Amino acid sequence: MTDTRYVLQTQGLVKRFGGITATDHVTLNIAQGARHALIGPNGAGKTTLINLMTGVLPATEGRIVLEGQDITELAPHQRVRRGLVRTFQINQLFNSMTPLETLAMVVSQHRGLGGRWWQALGRDTSVVVRCEQLLAQFRLTDVMNQRTEFLAYGKRRLLEMAIALACEPRVLLLDEPVAGVPAGEREELLQTVSALPADVSVVLIEHDMDLVFEFANRITVLVNGAVLTEGAPQEIAHDPQVKAVYLGHGEDTHV
Amino acid sequence: MKSVTSLAQQSVLRTSRMKVWEPVFWLLALASPWLAQQHALIINEIAIVALFAVSLDLVLGYTGIVSLGHAAFLGFGAYAAALFAKWVMPDPLVGLLVGTLAATVLGAVCSTTILRGSDLTRLMVTLGMALILYELANKLDGLTGGSDGLQGVVMGPVLGRYEFDLMGQVAAWYSLSVLFVCFMLARRLVHSPFGATLMAVRDNRLRAMAIGIPVHARLAVVYTTAAGVAGAAGALMAQTTGFASLDVFALDRSADVMLMLVIGGVGWLYGGVAGAIVFKLMHDVISSITPQYWTFWMGLFLVVLVMVGRERLLKPWTWGRT
Repeated sequence: MTDTRYVLQTQGLVKRFGGITATDHVTLNIAQGARHALIGPNGAGKTTLINLMTGVLPATEGRIVLEGQDITELAPHQRVRRGLVRTFQINQLFNSMTPLETLAMVVSQHRGLGGRWWQALGRDTSVVVRCEQLLAQFRLTDVMNQRTEFLAYGKRRLLEMAIALACEPRVLLLDEPVAGVPAGEREELLQTVSALPADVSVVLIEHDMDLVFEFANRITVLVNGAVLTEGAPQEIAHDPQVKAVYLGHGEDTHV
Repeated sequence: MKSVTSLAQQSVLRTSRMKVWEPVFWLLALASPWLAQQHALIINEIAIVALFAVSLDLVLGYTGIVSLGHAAFLGFGAYAAALFAKWVMPDPLVGLLVGTLAATVLGAVCSTTILRGSDLTRLMVTLGMALILYELANKLDGLTGGSDGLQGVVMGPVLGRYEFDLMGQVAAWYSLSVLFVCFMLARRLVHSPFGATLMAVRDNRLRAMAIGIPVHARLAVVYTTAAGVAGAAGALMAQTTGFASLDVFALDRSADVMLMLVIGGVGWLYGGVAGAIVFKLMHDVISSITPQYWTFWMGLFLVVLVMVGRERLLKPWTWGRT
């Protein structure tokens, strides 16, 4: 069942809320180094799937395997330590801190210094060096000392991703990274997404089809909580079933 | 390691650096029982409630846990220290340690109740905990003296040399020293990576979990630590007054300390100390003018403080502007 080519797998994953099946026997195989997009109309269960993978929601049935190890029962923070990290569709930031403090905190936590209480945050030079790299990579250096709550939306969106990358992910789950970003700040964000390190496997949830077809090398289409089809971008683009779903005939073609 | 400090490192370390006024403040504080001998008793009281406020700030200000029952730990520390002095040995420092440890253990047990739920449920649970302890101390009158309080606590000299005097000078120095030590330890803690993860939990618990912070463990550790500090404050209270009574568990205690944080500002350790000073001095001054109606003036002050804002209140020259 487990295959070393795949960094993250879900096997027959089911999530029921009462009588509603939000995730319906989803089996996904995310290859090492993949740029794997999850697409589907609203209510297809994309975010529920992310919540299951990250452990925010417990699965009703099925297994989740990260690098050959069953993580189905692990708490969210334990999954993060093993390299499964996500970003959020709606920014989830630490408003009272500056980007620099935020990243210093995240990097310290990731390096096992989060339980240290006698040394000042940022005293460890290697932590600060990593923060400077991240700030530069996500174009946050010029605003590193501003309180996060006062940052422009585009910058907040970048910080959202920088926080996730500070956790040194093996698999990064991006939940609609360009959602709500105004056109002027969009390009900056797209560039940072495509410049993510190649050894980090990325799962992308996105409504923006231009971004999906530009960025992904594998696409899975979800409809009504179940996998409709999976394939390379060219196959998906010409799949009549997918076209039907996106043209609004989803009910007819539901499998 | 300290030789190569980049701009980023300097700015991230700025918040933890000792400010110029801090040593001045502490020198004045430690000199105050000598500078104002006749006020040593109130200085002692201020130092104790300031320590209590610092403790609450760790959980409320830095971690965002709302508690209306923090007096549970104050009271537990007070009774533990008083009973220890009465039945085991009268040495203050050992008694202080016993009071602190007792409250720490209680804090560890109680921390399991604050991990889940919303602010409102936590408010109720913490309040309930203090009520339970209050009633226990009331009913177990063979041990605690019930509503008469625990009397006949005679303390030995501090460090075997300094007897508590009637003026309260030794008591004031003793409490100020304990406040100073605990404050400096707390100061280290809040500026550390550990402290930063606490603030992360306060700001956004969902994201804190999503970056690998073990949120429950953090809450439990900080709650237990704060309980220990509150226990130390309680022990000081019992030791310097030679008495422990039921009112250490009372809701007023928990409410007063929260008011002190509101006055001085939460999420800033000096806020608790400043709040304690202002609250106690106002209490002392107003109640000497009008013993019956001091709460009216206190209430009025709080309403004005909240309506106008602390910043504006402290800067009268901005009042004309809009």
